[in-house]
Amino acid sequence: MDHALDITLTVNGTQVSRRVAPRQHLVDFLRDELGLTGSHVGCEHGVCGACTLRVDGEIVRGCLMLAVQANGCRVETIEGLSDSKELAPLQKAFHERNALQCGFCTPGMLMAAQDLVRQGNKVSRNQIRAHISGNYCRCTGYQAIVDAIEEVLRTEVIHGKG
Amino acid sequence: MGKAELPLHAPGTQLDRGYIGQSVPRPNLQRLLQGRGAFIDDLRFPRLAHVAFFRSPYAHARIKRLDFSKALKQPGIIGVFDGRAVAEYCTPWVAVLAHLKGIKSPPQHAIAIERACSQGEACAAVVAESRSQAEDAVGLIEAEWEELPVVVDMEEALQGKTLVHEDFDDNVCFRRELDTEGAAAAFERADVVVEDTFHFGRHTGVCLEGRAILADYNAGEHSLTVYHATQAPHMMQDIFSRHLNIPEANVRVITKDVGGSFGIKVHVYPDEMATAALSVMLRRPVKFVADRLESFLSDIHCREHRVRVRLACTKSGEILAFDLDDLTAIGPYSVYPRTSGIEGNQVVNLTGGPYRHREYRARLNVVFTNKNVTCQYRAVGHPIAVALTEGIVDLAAQKLGMDPAEFRRRNLIADDAYPYTFPSGIKFEKLSHHQCLEKLLAVMNYRELRAEQERLRNKNIYRGIGLAAMIEVTNPSPAFYGVGGARISAQDGATLRLEPTGMVTVMCSVTEQGQGTEAIFAQIAASAVGVSLEKIRVITGDTGVTPYGGGTWASRGAGIGGEAVLQAGRALRANILEVAAAILTLDRQELDVQRNQVINLLTGEVKLALAELGRVAYFRPDTLPLEFQSELTVTRHYTPRQYGFTFTNGIQASLVEVDADTGFVRLLGHWCVEDSGTVINPMLADEQLRGGIVQGIGAALYEECLYDPDGQLLNGNMADYLVPMAAEMPDIVCAHVETPTRQSQLGAKGVGEAGTAGAPAAVMNAINDALAPLGGARVTRMPFTPERILDGIARARSRA
Amino acid sequence: MKAPSFAYAKPGSPAEAFELARRPGAKLLAGGQSLIPALNMRLSQPELLVDISGLPFREISLEQGVLRIGALVTHSEIEKSEEIARHVPLLAEAVKHVAHPAIRNRGTIGGSIALADPAAEYPACMVALDASIAVAGPGGERLVKAQHFFKGLFEVDLAPGELVAAVEVPAQLKDQRSVFLELARRHGDYAIIGLAAYKGKSTRFVFCGAGPTPVLAKHASAARDLDTAVSLLEKDLEPSADLYHSAATKLHLAKVLLKRAWTTLST
Repeated sequence: MDHALDITLTVNGTQVSRRVAPRQHLVDFLRDELGLTGSHVGCEHGVCGACTLRVDGEIVRGCLMLAVQANGCRVETIEGLSDSKELAPLQKAFHERNALQCGFCTPGMLMAAQDLVRQGNKVSRNQIRAHISGNYCRCTGYQAIVDAIEEVLRTEVIHGKG
Repeated sequence: MGKAELPLHAPGTQLDRGYIGQSVPRPNLQRLLQGRGAFIDDLRFPRLAHVAFFRSPYAHARIKRLDFSKALKQPGIIGVFDGRAVAEYCTPWVAVLAHLKGIKSPPQHAIAIERACSQGEACAAVVAESRSQAEDAVGLIEAEWEELPVVVDMEEALQGKTLVHEDFDDNVCFRRELDTEGAAAAFERADVVVEDTFHFGRHTGVCLEGRAILADYNAGEHSLTVYHATQAPHMMQDIFSRHLNIPEANVRVITKDVGGSFGIKVHVYPDEMATAALSVMLRRPVKFVADRLESFLSDIHCREHRVRVRLACTKSGEILAFDLDDLTAIGPYSVYPRTSGIEGNQVVNLTGGPYRHREYRARLNVVFTNKNVTCQYRAVGHPIAVALTEGIVDLAAQKLGMDPAEFRRRNLIADDAYPYTFPSGIKFEKLSHHQCLEKLLAVMNYRELRAEQERLRNKNIYRGIGLAAMIEVTNPSPAFYGVGGARISAQDGATLRLEPTGMVTVMCSVTEQGQGTEAIFAQIAASAVGVSLEKIRVITGDTGVTPYGGGTWASRGAGIGGEAVLQAGRALRANILEVAAAILTLDRQELDVQRNQVINLLTGEVKLALAELGRVAYFRPDTLPLEFQSELTVTRHYTPRQYGFTFTNGIQASLVEVDADTGFVRLLGHWCVEDSGTVINPMLADEQLRGGIVQGIGAALYEECLYDPDGQLLNGNMADYLVPMAAEMPDIVCAHVETPTRQSQLGAKGVGEAGTAGAPAAVMNAINDALAPLGGARVTRMPFTPERILDGIARARSRA
Repeated sequence: MKAPSFAYAKPGSPAEAFELARRPGAKLLAGGQSLIPALNMRLSQPELLVDISGLPFREISLEQGVLRIGALVTHSEIEKSEEIARHVPLLAEAVKHVAHPAIRNRGTIGGSIALADPAAEYPACMVALDASIAVAGPGGERLVKAQHFFKGLFEVDLAPGELVAAVEVPAQLKDQRSVFLELARRHGDYAIIGLAAYKGKSTRFVFCGAGPTPVLAKHASAARDLDTAVSLLEKDLEPSADLYHSAATKLHLAKVLLKRAWTTLST
């Protein structure tokens, strides 16, 4: 491998070390090197949001970050946040309201939605729509997704998590 | 909402629909929610190779020379192949069907050999150990081209001065004319004739998961397993078998999770055929996933039409006739195997669909160009036909000073007029146009919206309300493809098996791409057999496992696959009761299956758990009468036969606000009332409508594949090609009317495409309604960009 | 689309960065939100990516009426910054139009300034606010006025080996007003046309998406009344057509924004 570099990072709570080509973006690294195929590749130009994951607590586009840039970082993927149950309220709401059809946008959409939920503010439907406006879904037309997020936010506020 | 009478129990018992009609969450969603789905690109195989394609930069050019020497030296390269090399493993195809009279198309190879006929056509394949390495090598292929004249404009294509294919006399792929006897006279005698020309922008599917195929040839068995994101695995099994010369039963096509399809993934793509051929050639698994840039270039495009429409009516608003002249531009090839003539053909079949007129004249020309190929995409020709119809109807209403809802009310086919044969020859079993119209007007509070529109107009705020009545093709019989000679099955089958522990496995030939096929089959099966929902497991998308069938297209999954599941379920229930009768030595007529148990039909007393029945039937048949054999696996098939297509009907409304300064359109609301017969899962049906409507909104406001005069695609990326995103979309209200079809016990028609069929028309009519006070400004060229709306306003102003 | 092969280095100090950045085929990597898509699409084929994210350019500090924003401050940080909201409200408004949250978490103000995409919001804001770009190089730091920094299409006043260290923006005073308006087809899209407007002792209307660089509409800015300003805009702007809008439409839209901004600034 040309120009290869060693990186060490924490992925879903586990430290991993690998030798990577600088050109490999983070989501390809996670999918191909670590077998974490839950994050998806939809466009590789940062527009569709299918690759959205969490790095050092913030949502990012996995296709617009190189694996080498993630050296020393804490990466969380859909698999990790599912197993930790952090996404459970959103996943339940998505399930009940059919806020996913083919499921390809869903991991990225859940990441974006959770980002909003964690902010803990009271937001309108339009603000929910604006927050997920960087996540492309071709199947649902977005309404069920907005409904699901709205429901979780409402519940979170009721339970004083806001 | 009408309720379909659906006896699920033995005759003489209580009628119960079970899970049918309930908004049950889809059982198979957990893994998708956790990122634990299995899309083709997620699969791992030993010695998996990756293919990338060297694609023509020119819209039309002869391939004079290809030099692979530099490419072959790159690290990780397994091989580089031209069209001739791949042709030794894969035969070409011609996409024509006998029932589209006169349709023609040249043969197409998996990899172009002599010339490239559109930008992006694959001219060589690079197989490597990784996609990155394959792309590196693609960049080092040297090619010598002889540029050839390019045909881009559809009118020029029709004139035929420059030919796309020298072997043909013209650029016409398919042509059709239809003329009822009294059409000319109807236009002569009409009090009012309105006419307009509509343009529809070429657009494409933009499925979030790119096209994906992983072909795995086993040289030891001369067998091919293809993991394919396709809607029609059996169709592909037949095609791989015939074109790669592998016996049919040695080809297995498996669909895993599919990340959206909408028709894009039901066609045969040369690069996918090449991938399969390369696996055979190289005797190892080969994978191809279309990346986003090549998706824009090479996924089928659709719906590039220029249509002149005329409507003749009386001064009291009775429609007498429609007349249309449709010119549509496809690519250089008709797409295999469904052909690129179907979309235009549907426009001719369906225009004017909801209305009572008897006269009709239509002319269709489908012309080749050097742009990308086109073929069926969600709703096929309906969005065009509905927009033409509803657009010209609104113009007539406007001319007569009549409210658009009232104009429609006067002309919609009466709800008791069925069965009915339409001037284009299509037959309607039973529709409910009036019921849907009245429900729509009530649900959207039409009168109040009109009053509000009036109030706001006085403040120079321009709101518009647009209606779109429609009919929709679903559950097609062999009349769609089979009669034309296509090996595309219009029948489907379901196998239901009771497992020893009392679970039921359902294997059905219809496929899942996210619409909820597997969920509704579970609901139907559970209801038909008498078990609870969590006992059901559904398997679809595997030619090695399911019965033979057609897969998903033309909104046929619920109506056809669902019926097969229902019939198999009822048959399994009957067989279960036979076994129970044998075990219990009771009369079968006294028993029933409910909630996973065999019960006494009259008293409800539990006699036997299904798990116990399973144990005995499978492991202790020695305890049963000597001549008795349990048959706890049942298969049933279903083909719709009475009607060529089972039509549904619906009506949509759009509420918009147009900013006359900027030309921007704000979508304030959208309503849809749809009659798709028995609704198996209202939540899923609503979500199909919503998703479909947003796709239609995309076509109306945002989406267009833009080509320059040299046939170069200008906006083939996610930043420049605009798809609907959440912030601009409205909330969509859905309601249903249920007129079950009598062709099946289930009574379900299809609903998957209805949203897309009607939305562009509703939005267009709303925009024009909003613009009407501005000197009668009108827009008829989709997508309605701010540029086009400002232009429409300016033209009206200059006319004033 | 997989990126072509390149080497990667992450300098630990500005001096190291200057040296690496001067190497042939070197490209600077900050947030990467514009560079990496270009690499993925093989529109760019650098030999070496120099990751400057480790450099000390992350501060926001107010000193003597000037707010200095480090080049590596992300759009998200700008969005959340109380200091920017208070002292440079124009930027706080503009950042809301920049892409989407996941992009804003990585994209930086320095990256946006250095790239100078004609449709980008910050360059127009910098010119409207008469800000300066702090350019760091082997010879030290120099300040360049924003209107001189943006020279042509994707062309800025950066010599090989130099990089944007910060922007310095005069803090908005009580009697000054500003407004940022943008027209885009969808939330977060690149602007069709955008307007960064500032009104203090003088008025500055600066458009993005109207030319290869941000365009200060000199005549319109000097006009005394709105009608004059609108008619003079034709002298100031010669926008090019884009994929969806003719040049005439873009000029028309610019006039609409001008009217709306004028109204806002006057109330």
